Amino acid sequence: MPLLPAPDLSPALPEIALVCAAMALLLVGVFRGDGSARLVSWLSVAVLVAVLVLCGLVGIERRVGFYGMFVTDAYAVFMKALVLIGSAVSIILALRFNEEHRIARFEFPVLILLATTGMMVMVSANDLITLYLGLELQSLALYVVASFDRDSVRSTEAGLKYFVLGALASGMLLYGASLIYGFAGTTEFTELAKLFGQPTRPSTGLIIGIVFVAVGLAFKCSAVPFHMWTPDVYEGAPTPVTAFFSVAPKIAAVALFVRFLIEPFGGLVVEWRQVIVFLSVASMVLGSVAAIAQTNIKRLMAYSSIGHVGYALIGLAAASPSGVRGVLIYMAIYLLMNLGTWAVILCMRRQGQMLEGIADLSGLGRTQPGLALALGIFMFALAGIPPTAGFFGKLYIFLAAIDAGLVGLAVIGVVASVIGAFYYLRIVKVMYFDEPLASFDRPLAPELKGVLLVSALLTMLFILWPDPIVGGAELAAASLFAR
Amino acid sequence: MSVGLAHYLTVAAVLFTTGVFGIFLNRKNVIIIMMSIELMLLAVNINFVAFSVLLVNDLVGQVFAMFVLTVAAAEAAIGLAILVVYFRNRGTIQVEDIHMMRG
Repeated sequence: MPLLPAPDLSPALPEIALVCAAMALLLVGVFRGDGSARLVSWLSVAVLVAVLVLCGLVGIERRVGFYGMFVTDAYAVFMKALVLIGSAVSIILALRFNEEHRIARFEFPVLILLATTGMMVMVSANDLITLYLGLELQSLALYVVASFDRDSVRSTEAGLKYFVLGALASGMLLYGASLIYGFAGTTEFTELAKLFGQPTRPSTGLIIGIVFVAVGLAFKCSAVPFHMWTPDVYEGAPTPVTAFFSVAPKIAAVALFVRFLIEPFGGLVVEWRQVIVFLSVASMVLGSVAAIAQTNIKRLMAYSSIGHVGYALIGLAAASPSGVRGVLIYMAIYLLMNLGTWAVILCMRRQGQMLEGIADLSGLGRTQPGLALALGIFMFALAGIPPTAGFFGKLYIFLAAIDAGLVGLAVIGVVASVIGAFYYLRIVKVMYFDEPLASFDRPLAPELKGVLLVSALLTMLFILWPDPIVGGAELAAASLFAR
Repeated sequence: MSVGLAHYLTVAAVLFTTGVFGIFLNRKNVIIIMMSIELMLLAVNINFVAFSVLLVNDLVGQVFAMFVLTVAAAEAAIGLAILVVYFRNRGTIQVEDIHMMRG
């Protein structure tokens, strides 16, 4: 049997660099001992920034490596940029928290780097095997990070729950992958696109396979009815870990969902659209209604993130370039708003104790006006009120849905976001109109302040200069529909 | 009667369903859940190998099965590690006791 030529590794250069750096940082941590958490954290942030630059250098033209299993294009670069930013900021947010909770260990940033590698592979997957490996690399690291506070019952319970349900989701996804392989005869997205890129009558087995994979992916991005792990894991995991969970893995899962349905199975949109519409409606409605009764802000953010996945899936249901552009813009803005909100939540501490109750925000407008203003901006943005960035995220999505003839879906989306506005605005009311409690511990950590300031400014000023995100999303969406 | 593709697929489907039910119906302890997860992944492997040999006629399915085996091993290791730290904190691995948080 002749030897195959060496595979072309250059499209995967950022991933290879990232995984090598993670190993090197692990060595640094081991050799420098327990005190090295801060050093390794900052080095990890530097590595993530360097990898972001490397992603830019690899370029946005479509290139395929590893015998067609791995692809890089504008879409991948856009999503990888979001994932990398999310991971880097999460590491920064975790610095102070981990030190104060005596869990400042160097494994934390290293695990986040490995999870990020997994997410980048997911975003670039061009084959069911790559899809599965990326997803598992990400998930395995995330299970460990969720139970990172290993002496806390809540954190380990969160890790255990996440593990069991995550493994179930992986099983579903694999079963679907095996059916797709059997009934289509290939696992490569490029080959599948040749078979199913145009509207055809697929076999029932293939449809069942696609639905199983969609279920697995819906689990990973916590769309209703596969969301039951989200509130518990978000509440139980250490707060910076929750912040990380709510941005990077979610963005990567949505990116993979979009690529998986649009690229290989774009011709079968009639078959899978109803599934996505159902997921989207259920997520939006449950996300808005269930959040109303919450008193814990981490649980509230969990339901909020479920709702936001629902909005993003509207763009996927539209299955048009403008729909995908909407998803990309939505995820970028979601990243901004969420990181900011979590930075505020990490500032909620009194006498060294972390607070998680919404009632603890009482009168923040008088005790700490700056922090209250920032949280107010993020709440308005999450609710989708103009002129904040959150409004434009929803606008692009709803416009795309109407263009695709999904008027009913857009109407449900608008109604759900009005219901959702209730609980976001309730937080603003608690901050400005309730009796003040003692102020939070000062001074705030400088890195938290920095993240707060930058994300608040970007959320407010998006309206003045939307071109980088909108233009980038336009290019990225076009690259997904190029063939 | 010869054993054909349909037989393999039926066995795999039965195993897979057993695994899923094992996760949801089991009220005893978490180790059984881990075993159920393994059962699901092995069912998938039967599917892959059967398709690879009997229907598609290439090696991709078998390669995929090898990857699944490898990842399943890593997954089991991590799951057991998490279970150990959980047991240290709670002193129990009964499924009914995992309810610190609602849901």
